[in-house]
Amino acid sequence: MSAVTDTAGPASDGYRSRSRAWRKLKTSHSALAGFAIVAFFVVIALLAPMLPIDDPTATSWSAVRKAPSLEHLMGTDEIGRDVFSRMIWGARASLIAGVISVIMAVSLGVPLGLVAGYFGGWIDQIISRITDAMLAMPFLILAIALAAFLGPSLTNAMIAIGLSAMPIFIRLTRGQVLSVKTEDYVEGARAVGVTDFAIILRYILPNVFAPVLVQATLTIATAIILEAALSFLGLGQQPPAPSWGSMLNVAKNFLTQAPWMAWWPGAAIFLVVLGFNLLGDGLRDALDPREI
Amino acid sequence: MLSYIIRRLAIAVPTLVLVSIFVFTLQKLLPGDPALVMAGEERDPASIEFIREKYHLNEPVITQYVYWMKAVLQGDMGVSLRTSQPVLDLIGDKLPVTIQLAIMALIIAFVVGVPAGILSAVKKGTVIDYAANIVALSGLSVPNFWLGIMLILLVSVNLGWLPASGYESFFVDPLRSLETMIMPAFVLGTSLAATLMRHTRSAMLGVMKADYVRTARAKGVREHAVVIKHAFRNALLPVVTLSALLFGELLGGAVLTEQIFTIPGFGKLIVDAVFTRDYAVVQGVVLCAAVGVILINLVADVLYFLVNPRMRSSL
Amino acid sequence: MHRMLLAALLAAGTLASPTLAADLRIGLQDDPDVLDPDQSRTFVGRIVYTSLCNKLVDITPELKIIPQLATGWSWSDDGKVLTMDLREGVVFHDGTPFDAEAVKANIERSKTLPESRRKSEVKSIESVAVTGPYQVQMNLSAPDATLLAQLADRSGMMISPTAAEAAGADFGAKPICSGPYKFVERVAQDRIVLERFAEYWNADAYHFDKVIFLPIPDTTVRLANLRSGDLDMLERLAATDAAGVKSDADLQYAQAIGLGYQGITANVGNGDRSKNPFGEDARLRRAFSLAIDREALNQVVFEGVFAPGNQPFPPNSPWYDTEVPIPARDLEKAKALMKEAGHETFDIEVQVANNPVQTQVMQVVQAMVAEAGFNVKLKSMEFAALLAAQSAGTYQASQVGWSGRIDPDGNLHQFVTCKGGINDSKYCNPEVDKLLDEARKSSNDEDRKARYDAARKVLNEDMPIIYLYHPTWIWALDKKVEGFVPYPDGMIRLAGVKFSS
Repeated sequence: MSAVTDTAGPASDGYRSRSRAWRKLKTSHSALAGFAIVAFFVVIALLAPMLPIDDPTATSWSAVRKAPSLEHLMGTDEIGRDVFSRMIWGARASLIAGVISVIMAVSLGVPLGLVAGYFGGWIDQIISRITDAMLAMPFLILAIALAAFLGPSLTNAMIAIGLSAMPIFIRLTRGQVLSVKTEDYVEGARAVGVTDFAIILRYILPNVFAPVLVQATLTIATAIILEAALSFLGLGQQPPAPSWGSMLNVAKNFLTQAPWMAWWPGAAIFLVVLGFNLLGDGLRDALDPREI
Repeated sequence: MLSYIIRRLAIAVPTLVLVSIFVFTLQKLLPGDPALVMAGEERDPASIEFIREKYHLNEPVITQYVYWMKAVLQGDMGVSLRTSQPVLDLIGDKLPVTIQLAIMALIIAFVVGVPAGILSAVKKGTVIDYAANIVALSGLSVPNFWLGIMLILLVSVNLGWLPASGYESFFVDPLRSLETMIMPAFVLGTSLAATLMRHTRSAMLGVMKADYVRTARAKGVREHAVVIKHAFRNALLPVVTLSALLFGELLGGAVLTEQIFTIPGFGKLIVDAVFTRDYAVVQGVVLCAAVGVILINLVADVLYFLVNPRMRSSL
Repeated sequence: MHRMLLAALLAAGTLASPTLAADLRIGLQDDPDVLDPDQSRTFVGRIVYTSLCNKLVDITPELKIIPQLATGWSWSDDGKVLTMDLREGVVFHDGTPFDAEAVKANIERSKTLPESRRKSEVKSIESVAVTGPYQVQMNLSAPDATLLAQLADRSGMMISPTAAEAAGADFGAKPICSGPYKFVERVAQDRIVLERFAEYWNADAYHFDKVIFLPIPDTTVRLANLRSGDLDMLERLAATDAAGVKSDADLQYAQAIGLGYQGITANVGNGDRSKNPFGEDARLRRAFSLAIDREALNQVVFEGVFAPGNQPFPPNSPWYDTEVPIPARDLEKAKALMKEAGHETFDIEVQVANNPVQTQVMQVVQAMVAEAGFNVKLKSMEFAALLAAQSAGTYQASQVGWSGRIDPDGNLHQFVTCKGGINDSKYCNPEVDKLLDEARKSSNDEDRKARYDAARKVLNEDMPIIYLYHPTWIWALDKKVEGFVPYPDGMIRLAGVKFSS
């Protein structure tokens, strides 16, 4: 897990800066490249049921661990399934795992961070200590333990990843809130009797949005790797359904006899993660008012 | 300053207690009865009962926690359910291995990441800069367990250049030690090198705009002297601070690397312990890791504070 | 720093060269657990013991019991007294002499040490009497035909009574036995080092100065280490690597069909989860079994190296009942049986350990039985969770195996008798109980075989366990290693093994 992004800057002032950010994003080569890669995998994953490919779970005893050929573009696996169609279906598992777990982390982490940062006091103490405790445990270990507790399955892996990633968003949001809440316009709103809820919604949340979006994009990248890692340890997607990580888990037993089983899933994880990282980088540059 | 450190350490205490409670409850919730696993294939009822008694597995979770906490406060982390070795001894055995791995990874990351970052900053906007950025981002994106198995396949299996697994202490056989560790350290160092490169680059860019660098340039100091003497020296400090922080992350990242290269370190210890439900080991190791992370964070913050006088007022 | 490095390099160099030639490095699949024969529970631990400890008796590759520390033995007519004569002039690694008192202390330790996991194996021994300096009498509560086989394993391993007394339950930290090699050091998850014991009674048969066991769980990595010369031999080569090793001129290949089995245990009476047609109607279980092509399963997953099976004993075992041969796949009959039981299709959940090989096996089975109408849902679980579910009865069917025992009783009695310790199926049939109890008490092999065969007929109808295959132990060795003999118990016996010069 990479460190929390350092996008914490002064408040962006409304639409003007947002449209500037959008223009900047559109001219950023890396962001566009990242977007293209991600879009490619998303489309493939969505279209999987409609593509003219083999059933990803159809076995064939006569075609066990066959090298890539015209018939099987990426070869076949240990029980004669077509690796190409498993790759395509596996894209679904990886993307869903990455996105859902981060949505979960964000929707739990941001409110907790808002509350901790805005209200302070004992509630902040409690939330911050729990966050510290979670961040003090190695991320992967926490996810492994959670996944083992929940039982090996894709859903549980997502929950484990989401929970493990949550403290990052708590900390990030809390930090943003702290830097914004003493701004004059917030103090002013409070002075004229605007409710806490309205203040959070109108003044605080918009300032939290940009850094959280950047962090979320980058965390999706990490979450996809983590899902693969958990599946690699046998704790993620379960057979016969494919995921890139679980394909690698099996492939490592056939490295010498069928290396292609390991090439493709690894390469795909690499590409899609690269896509999210590029996109996240581009977003950060576009949304960060400080020029580098 | 001192009061700041003391305050931080004071906060660390409830954090550690929380960590221990968290790990303890999580473990108790894990499906699977350790007594069943430990009793062996025959699962002799007498053995199962004995194990439950001996490790207080029959008692309420809170009582179990109190037993454990009491012992820990007296410096006793219990024994591994699996091998009967004291957990403290296990940690003492494994920690140096992982630290060696982490240090080697850090060295690799430094040697690759820092010069690349400088180069990239100096040549900002050129092909070199782009290329360095792409390589760095790739380093961040490659799943290191995959990189690990691919390297084993290529370097060990196909080429036979380096051993695919094993460990030798540096103080027993330094050559063998480096030979077995270089590949895992490279794998572990990849993403680190990328992170360092990116931070070095942005630190350099920041510094190169500073007045003293401009002044130096204006005085006609040669460009590479400007870069090395003035800019780099000032950019280095935040990078060093960052690496202290990254060191903590490295310990976490070692988990999968050790699993793949069969290195008998901290990470392998804990993963194996989770899977065999070796409670005492999981408990002890996670607590120890948490202490490490908290201390490293503190050191990094103090360092940051020391190199960054502007921060002083905020403490 | 430089000087230190140089010194270390020199030391490593001078130490390494002369001893290297006679050190045997063995790659193991797992890290053994505690090294105390009375406490340990892993298969891999027994591999280390084979070099470290001697047992009262040993076995031949054909599973005949032969002398080791006991030179001879006899049974009383009622089968309740076993008299053993012991080898003279044997010492433990700490110099303690081996004698009748030592045997008595060892058996008593197995029976009474609170941590002992051998209690059920030596339960039938009521007392041990020292009848001479080198003779003991074991008095049994009832005739026990399986006892000698137990004494050929961990229950019969003799540890130094002096050391056991001093260390108590911590004996495993520094085990002291009487085997050909003595314990030097252990680094958890990394290595176990043994060195030659010069005073061993048969020291001439052992040719290595040191034996180093290195746990390397990944099969590809283990093999890569053998190829690169970092290992001299390894155990449990992956079946899929067998062909590669056989065709490699620098390596040797050895195999022996094991004593264990892998199968699917149906929950027929363990709690509420057994109350379903698969648990209640044996016809469905027989249909499931008939829908499996065991030969194809073996070919696909194990490249034909393992042995297909339908009984707790492999087909090459003298205990195998040839009247119940491995059934050929018969989809028609399977469908007919299902129809008889009132099902066109049947949904069933089978739990399986989340390791790639076992999941591969179950995915193949899943695809095979689907053709007969079984919709198998696989439930992957960590092994620890799988065991707990099995024991608690919260499963419908479970893919699980058994490492196997020398005596046939060990593969069967405790699994299918009503009160069997690991009868997770909770199958209970008084007729089977009676036959297996009688077989346990008889000391006549033919008589025993008749009873096992009779029980087989019943079990094959009721089918609480659907046997699938018998793992083959596979070793890969460097070509310079000579004299290795594969045993069906999977152990590595180093007598006569040496490097060719």
